[in-house]
Amino acid sequence: MIAPTPRRLGTTALIYLALAGVLALGAAAVAVDGGNLFATANLVDMLTRTSLTGFLAIGMTLVILCRSLDLSVGYVAALSSLVAATTMDGQAANIPLAVGLVLLVSGLIGAANGAIVAFLKVNPFIATLGTGLILKGYLDTQYKGPAGDVPAVFQQFGYTRIAFVPVSALVMLAVAAAAVWYLRSTRTGHHMYAVGGDVEVARMSGIRTTRVLLTAHVLCAMCAGLAGLLLAARFGTGSAEAYTNLYELDAIAAVVLGGTLLLGGKGGVAGTVAGVAILAVLDTVFNVMQIDPFAKDVLRGAVIITAVALYARRQLDRTARRPRFASVQGRPS
Amino acid sequence: MQTTRLAFAAAAALGLLLATGCTTDTPADDAATDESAPAADSGEWFVQAEYDEQLAQRDIEPEGDPNTPWLQAIEPEWVDTTEFKREGGDATVCFSNASVSNPWRVTGWITMQEQVKVLQEAGAIGEFRTSDAGDDDDQQISDIQAFVDSGECDALIVSPSTTATLTPAVETACASGIPVIVFDRGVNTDCATTFIHPIGGYAYGADAAEFLVENLEPGSTVLALRILPGVDVLEHRWAAAQQIFGDSEIEVLGNEFTGGDAAEIKNIVSQYLQRGDVDGIWMDAGDGAVAAIEAFEDAGKPYPVMAGEDELSFMRKWEETGMTAIAPVYSNFQWRTPVLAATMILNGEQVPAEWVLPQEPITAADRDEYLERNADMPALHYAKFGGEDLPGFPDAWRDR
Amino acid sequence: MTRARRLGTALLGGGTGTVFLLLVLIFAGILAMNPGFFEGPSLMAFLKQAAPLVILAAGQYFVIVSGNFDLSVGALVGAQVVIAARLIDGEESRTVPVMLVMLAFGIGVGLVNGLITTVLKVQSFITTLGMLLVLYGAIRLWTGGAPTGSLSEAFRTPGRLGITGVPVVGQIPWALLIMLALGAGAILLMRTRFGRILMASGDNELAAKLSGARVDAARTAAFVLSGISATVAGILIGGFAGVSAQVGEGLEFTVITAVVLGGVALGGGRGTALAAMAGALAIEALFTLFNQMALPATLRPAVQGVIIIAAVAYAARRRTRPALQSTASPS
Repeated sequence: MIAPTPRRLGTTALIYLALAGVLALGAAAVAVDGGNLFATANLVDMLTRTSLTGFLAIGMTLVILCRSLDLSVGYVAALSSLVAATTMDGQAANIPLAVGLVLLVSGLIGAANGAIVAFLKVNPFIATLGTGLILKGYLDTQYKGPAGDVPAVFQQFGYTRIAFVPVSALVMLAVAAAAVWYLRSTRTGHHMYAVGGDVEVARMSGIRTTRVLLTAHVLCAMCAGLAGLLLAARFGTGSAEAYTNLYELDAIAAVVLGGTLLLGGKGGVAGTVAGVAILAVLDTVFNVMQIDPFAKDVLRGAVIITAVALYARRQLDRTARRPRFASVQGRPS
Repeated sequence: MQTTRLAFAAAAALGLLLATGCTTDTPADDAATDESAPAADSGEWFVQAEYDEQLAQRDIEPEGDPNTPWLQAIEPEWVDTTEFKREGGDATVCFSNASVSNPWRVTGWITMQEQVKVLQEAGAIGEFRTSDAGDDDDQQISDIQAFVDSGECDALIVSPSTTATLTPAVETACASGIPVIVFDRGVNTDCATTFIHPIGGYAYGADAAEFLVENLEPGSTVLALRILPGVDVLEHRWAAAQQIFGDSEIEVLGNEFTGGDAAEIKNIVSQYLQRGDVDGIWMDAGDGAVAAIEAFEDAGKPYPVMAGEDELSFMRKWEETGMTAIAPVYSNFQWRTPVLAATMILNGEQVPAEWVLPQEPITAADRDEYLERNADMPALHYAKFGGEDLPGFPDAWRDR
Repeated sequence: MTRARRLGTALLGGGTGTVFLLLVLIFAGILAMNPGFFEGPSLMAFLKQAAPLVILAAGQYFVIVSGNFDLSVGALVGAQVVIAARLIDGEESRTVPVMLVMLAFGIGVGLVNGLITTVLKVQSFITTLGMLLVLYGAIRLWTGGAPTGSLSEAFRTPGRLGITGVPVVGQIPWALLIMLALGAGAILLMRTRFGRILMASGDNELAAKLSGARVDAARTAAFVLSGISATVAGILIGGFAGVSAQVGEGLEFTVITAVVLGGVALGGGRGTALAAMAGALAIEALFTLFNQMALPATLRPAVQGVIIIAAVAYAARRRTRPALQSTASPS
């Protein structure tokens, strides 16, 4: 169903087509099974599932655009949930302080990641795997289980919804919109594409590449901080164990599904949101159809590979035909 | 140090006395201490009152038929469920599972499904819906929400992935007016109609540690092998062991995290053996216990005194080597209870508010009996799975 | 002896010397904590349990040097052990046939990874992440969630036993001999035309293609080699410790870390097989050192993280080539 689309269709449009395809197929499968994918409960479920991965994937998009990577986001989110819950300590009055502290702590971790990558020239895969391990050591030593208490007001962030749209999903979409704007309309945003396209060329054309990288990492970690706040709101407490869920791999998968190149320089947040949605639709469909949990993994893996394969070739062709640096001017999709 | 130990010992003894003393007349008191304890001691991981209670529960005779331990209950406080009574026998029962990510959960999950088949054939329940969260708390919250929002569940069973984090979701489910049954790990709310669990992690860890203390000379060395940090149920096991080792003359060489990976276990034990003697092994779960024993074989050292689990690979190795060992049990048969409880509740029958199932270790005395019963079962099966009388036995567990 | 000589040459050779320096430092630390560690038997025991990671590192090296990633090796090792247990089911006579089946399976997985990456142009991070999920789920689907069956004594021999009665060292583990043979094979392979194509395709794909090299074929072969190494590692790990449900989990990150510690650049084109394997040895030695120091278990990941970052940063400083490559994220 993707082959006949006109050749000049943008990558992002293609991904939303893929999302529509997955939705249609999913709905058909659920209907055959005697259900309705678009029942309110299922819509709520789908949208709720997008929130958490969404926050992480939006931040991840920024670092991947810069040809970097962040494998520490799961740990940052876990730590943030604990910082939030222990700071709030059941008092609604502490919420602003807790949110501020979470953004500060996660931002600092992001700055550390960015500094290690940009100044120490450590490959981001290893740098962020390393900071992830350091955070894991801290969490394991410091917390032997869930800690802290989130007041009921803040739990609303995780549970309230307007009609079938959860507040957390709305916040996630707002952050996504902000990120789209940031990439399209700010200088640093444009520079991210340039740095990811070719860091040397970018440097020679006067871009302060280290600062751009640092910014991307800080923003990515702060997004992970937001994910941590959502976790705290959902859990009613902070949980170090959240890092065991390999959220970072989900986020990376969503970013790539969303058409952003792991090699950097091309892609955008709008596509990422669609990538996140594709994964969420799959999860909901599997859940409604009560697919065996192990079969779920198999299908998930197969779908990710297939989806990326379907548009990867064409995408790479386009990149190859254009000089890399051209993507600086190219519209962030 | 010495004084605190003494204080702990005294407190433990006193608690034991008190708890056993109150057995028949004031079960309500026990429930009360259980509720207040976590709040009183929130800074510490170890909760003395829970520890005392669990250790005492080991000596209490459970009510009910010993041949169906999954229906037995220790000091039950029966609650009325007529508000949930439902005619027709076609009730939809929903189950939000934390995961089937380890052999213990796999075994229990098979047992539960077999029990469900029996109830469906008997016309006690209709559809049985499940979701699996893959150990992800956030996913499980969504799963529970989806069940509640669908409005199609007549009863909800939850096996929480983490104790504290699922609390808000379970509260929401309770508020929707359907009966909620929580089992295995708990949640920090008593809104559920019944909370089903074996005695608990403290009792498990204590069973193992006490056996080592009894069977080792004073001054012996013990190595503790643990799966993961930060998992509350496992932390309880270790906390109890620390209490008991602390009161004894046993020297704990170290506590190591293995992820339950046999290669990691064998590697770690080999390294300890290279540096000196290890007289005993304490494990917070039996996964990979055989690898620990093999490390002694390969190093040419005498077998340790060992606390494993009722996983068959360990029990078979125990029989084969004739070593001194115990298999503490975290009763796997608890997976049968929730669906049975659901049918009871939907019939308006009374259930215990906190349904504490018996939890008895397998010792050298009854080891062979359990091995014989499970002779056909695969190595990573659990001896006290309690499904021998289900029609699917033994094929469902053997040929999976 | 061989190890000492290899170590010496590599140190003098420079280039990827950081890992050997790290190895010396860690061994010095272990020596200070526990001189007994360097007696024959315990050293042999160390090498025996380090062998699977070293072999995995050699396999991963081929993939990384050609500009890709293989995240599926941990799941493949786990799958292989479970396949072995289920198919052998305690029957000695099935050992060799089942090992051949495993080899075919490992080659097949590598081939699929390679073809999806090269023909379908899916970035290898995603290909092998997907393969990780597929293997993890499929193997549990097949065994109903937890491993069934059991391994034969013969299957366990390579990973658990060795040539006994050797003076000084006591036992020379089969695992060590297999590791040395495969390690030597990997080093020699990189000196062939295939090795040069592999290196060139990671360094500059376009130039390699223009010079007539069959880049895609070489990269696919690298994935196959990784699949084979995971198979051998699976045989050794299963032999060493038997079957458990968690076997292989997380190995992919450990092995990639090991290869990078060895100075091999993610993104390809630089580094030697020997240094990659030394990186694996360094990681294993580091875990041993932690154990010897009785470092609290919960703190170990943190210390490990600091050391990895420090070592890679140190190596990056020493490099003469511009830093451009080191911030590159591989495809």
